[in-house]
Parts: sequence; structure tokens; C-alpha cells
Amino acid sequence: MSKIRPLDAALAAISDGQMLAVPADYAGVAMEATRALIRRGIRQLHLVTLPAASLQADLLIGAGCVATVETSAIGFGELGSAPRFTGAVIDGTIALKDATCPAIHQALRAAEMGNPFGVLRGIIGSDLLKQRPDWKVIDNPFATDDPIVLLPAIRPDVALFHAPLADRLGNVWVGRQRDLFTLAHAAIRSIATVERVQDGNLLDDEAMAGATIPAFYLEAVALAPRGAWPLRLSGHYPDDVPHLVGYLELAATEAGFRRYLDDHVFYRGAA
Amino acid sequence: MDSVKPEEVLIDVVRRLIAGARHVAVGANSPIPAAAAFLAESLAPDGPDVSLQQSPEHNLWTDGGRELFDSAGQGRIDVFFFSGAQIDGRGNINLNVIGDYAHPKTRFPGAYGSAYLYFMVPRIILFRTEHSRRTLVEMVDFISAPGTSPPNVFRRGGPIALVTPLCHFSFDKARARFRLQSVHPGHSVEEVLDNTGFAFDRFEDVPPTPAPPPDVLNLLRGPVAAKMAAIYPKFAGEVFNIH
Repeated sequence: MSKIRPLDAALAAISDGQMLAVPADYAGVAMEATRALIRRGIRQLHLVTLPAASLQADLLIGAGCVATVETSAIGFGELGSAPRFTGAVIDGTIALKDATCPAIHQALRAAEMGNPFGVLRGIIGSDLLKQRPDWKVIDNPFATDDPIVLLPAIRPDVALFHAPLADRLGNVWVGRQRDLFTLAHAAIRSIATVERVQDGNLLDDEAMAGATIPAFYLEAVALAPRGAWPLRLSGHYPDDVPHLVGYLELAATEAGFRRYLDDHVFYRGAA
Repeated sequence: MDSVKPEEVLIDVVRRLIAGARHVAVGANSPIPAAAAFLAESLAPDGPDVSLQQSPEHNLWTDGGRELFDSAGQGRIDVFFFSGAQIDGRGNINLNVIGDYAHPKTRFPGAYGSAYLYFMVPRIILFRTEHSRRTLVEMVDFISAPGTSPPNVFRRGGPIALVTPLCHFSFDKARARFRLQSVHPGHSVEEVLDNTGFAFDRFEDVPPTPAPPPDVLNLLRGPVAAKMAAIYPKFAGEVFNIH
């Protein structure tokens, strides 16, 4: 049976209070789906970014959809900092689980195999450790005097991402964006939006199969052309930099952010 | 030859610091390290592999974001670059907050991979485009990644240098202190002292940072500049006048 659904139906499996895991900008961010979730008025999400994020997290936080965020960084690179994230942390309106990139990779990797925790070098001596009582330092039991950090597995309720191609069975081709495999394997269920849906079975083509997430991980797949816009889809289209610059200017104030939502999320702006 | 631009001096400093590396990885938004890495790559037939984290055309990874951390964990990455909202005299870097963590005055994006890569990559080059007492401080407000570690903590690498628009500091791991290595043309030791919030070591005579050799400059302004224009168009326009 086909797993292709209209966008809103595909997103039905995401509900208030869930842990939602999303990829970094380079891997394929489901922005059209994110706008649909904000329109739906989703609340109290525990957002996990693999490992960093920009516009998607800033929009969800600014729109009041997020209770907790676990991330190693939220920002817009050379364009500037993420205004709604920054404001929410300073005002204390969201709970923040500050991480470092490989810690999020490792915690999800643990979940991929159903293990209770992951192991990671480094971190010891970082103040991050003081802010993360859930991260434990143990003595390596296979050596003497070798402290090492354990990280509890992250098992998201849902992973949400955007990819170039799916077939009607729900197999999703992601190319070299292997972070999407990590997310799909670790999460209980996954939802993808795609640029294009084709007939046939992607797993029948040996050249495509190795870069294809099998349909059994996918709850639903929705067609969403340019679904990462205004972020890039690597190999397909670049970041819409003027749009992002415009967003940062507006989102510097609460009123400006509301105007952005009206214009680009709720489509009820005057413009 | 045209007068040498300040950015070209910095690129050349970084080029010398990465000499002999096998694989240089460059994070996002790092045009000067990227240019230095491309320069090193094209200068020698056995120059380093170069991977730009956010550019699929310019990295050698096929296993997602984890592959940088996996390969660093195995010792396959020789050089990486970090900056910091604050960098202190003991080599600690702060990418998280100014002020008290629970009630910060300012929040930055976050630690990224620093709390891991700072330990695992042998040569970390610190880079700060603002050299001031605000950025180069005695003690950071928050340690995203520590400059040094106790002997029992597994640590393959850490900071080897701090490069700013004014000067080049080297880092002495045993003393956990920076030493002023050279001052860039047009700047003085007094200027460095006035603008640095931490104490550092220095010899009586601090040499000027050498100008890039002509062959290096030619390569930089030719093929490297062209490569940079595709990735960092703004930077390439400003520094190399390529549009």
C-alpha cells in the first residue's frame, strides 16, 4: 500500500508533547512541513536537532511550539544569531539541553541499536557537563584511571526530514545525507517530505538502494516540491539568502516575527 | 607586486601552521582557514586532503555528520579550527553564554563540536577576527571546551595557536599559556598588550609576522582565490577582487 499522503495527513502522527528529531540544514530540513505544524498550533514539543539548526528551530520556538530543545547550536552562520532562540534562552521560556555535536550523534546511534547509552571521549572539563546531569562520567572498566562520558540514548517519538525522492511504497532516497538514516533508525517513526515521487521500487536499483531509507521506517511520505525552502536542499537548490536576511531583520522584534508568521506561515499578511 | 592585504598575511600564518598535515577539516563560515587549507593543498604534491564541513563539493565524507567525529576519534583529522565569543589565557573557549548560565546576558548559538574535537584533533588553530579585551579575556564565563586537561583525561590534541588581526600567539600546553610569536605588519606589541585581556609570555624582541613569499601569494591570488569565489563570494570579492 502506498505511504504517500497529503502533507497535513502525513503530519498527523506528530502530536503535542512529543520528542521531535530534525536534521541540520545541510541534510534536508522539512520547512514546508514545519510551517504546516505551526499552522496546526502544535505545542510542547521536545525538539532534538542533529546536531544543529537554524530557521526551523527559530520558527518553532518563536511560535511557541517548543517546551524543550536539545541542540549543539542554533544559529544562522555568517548571517547572524537566531533571534527567537536567543531571546527564549535569555528569558528562560524554554528548557535547554545544551549539547555538543558528536554527543547528539552518539545518543541517537545508541538508540539505533536499542542500547541504553552511548559513549564519548572529550567533554570532561567542559561546563556543558555541569549543565547536563544526565551525562555521567565513569571509569573505563577496561582500563585504569580513564574517565569517559556516557550519554543516555535519545529515542525520538518522530523524526521529520526532507529528501529529494521517494517511491510510492515509501522508500526514501537521501543520497549521501546519512544523518537521515541515523534519524530514521533512532526514532520510533519517521515522516519525510520529498521533492518528487516516482513509480517502481527504489530498492530494486542497486545503485540507489544503498542511499535509500526503506519504507518500513516511514510512517508517511508527503510530496512537497521545494519543501526545504528557504533553506537549501544540497545538490538541488541553495539557501534563499535574501529571504533569510529578511527573516533575521523581522525576527529581531516580537512584532516583526509575528509579521513574518502572518506573511510566510499563516498566509494572512497584507502583502 | 601589490601591497599585501591583512587577510593574506593571516592566511599565510595559518598555511604555515598546517604544514605537513594529512587531512585538514574546516568548519562552517571560516574563509581564512579555508583559503589556507586550499593553499596548502595546492602548494605541495603531497599536500593535505581538505574537507569543508558544509560544502558537499569540497569534502570527502559520505557517512553524514558523524564521519568527521568518527574520523577525528580515530586520529584521522590533523587540523581543525575554532573561534570563541570569548577565548581566555588558558586556552579555554566559550561558544555558549556571557554572564551566568542560568540567566545569561547574551546567548550564542552553542558549542557545536568543540567539546569533543578540541580534545581529539592534534592541531587546533584558534581564530578570532576581533582582537579586544572583550573577546580575549582572563577567564571565560563558560567553558565550552577546556584548553588543557588533567593527565588522566584522554586527549590527543588541543590548541596550538591563536591567530588574530593583530598577531600570532602560540600555545604552551605544559604552562597553559599563550606566547606572542609575531606581530603582523602595521601593528605593535603595545597594541597587542593594550587589547588583550589575558597575560601572555613573550621574548624581549617579538618579530614581525613575515610577508607571504611571492610564489605563495601568486597561488593564493590565482587558483585559490578562484576556488574561494565559489564558496565564499563575499570574502573573495573583498580580498581578491574577484566577482
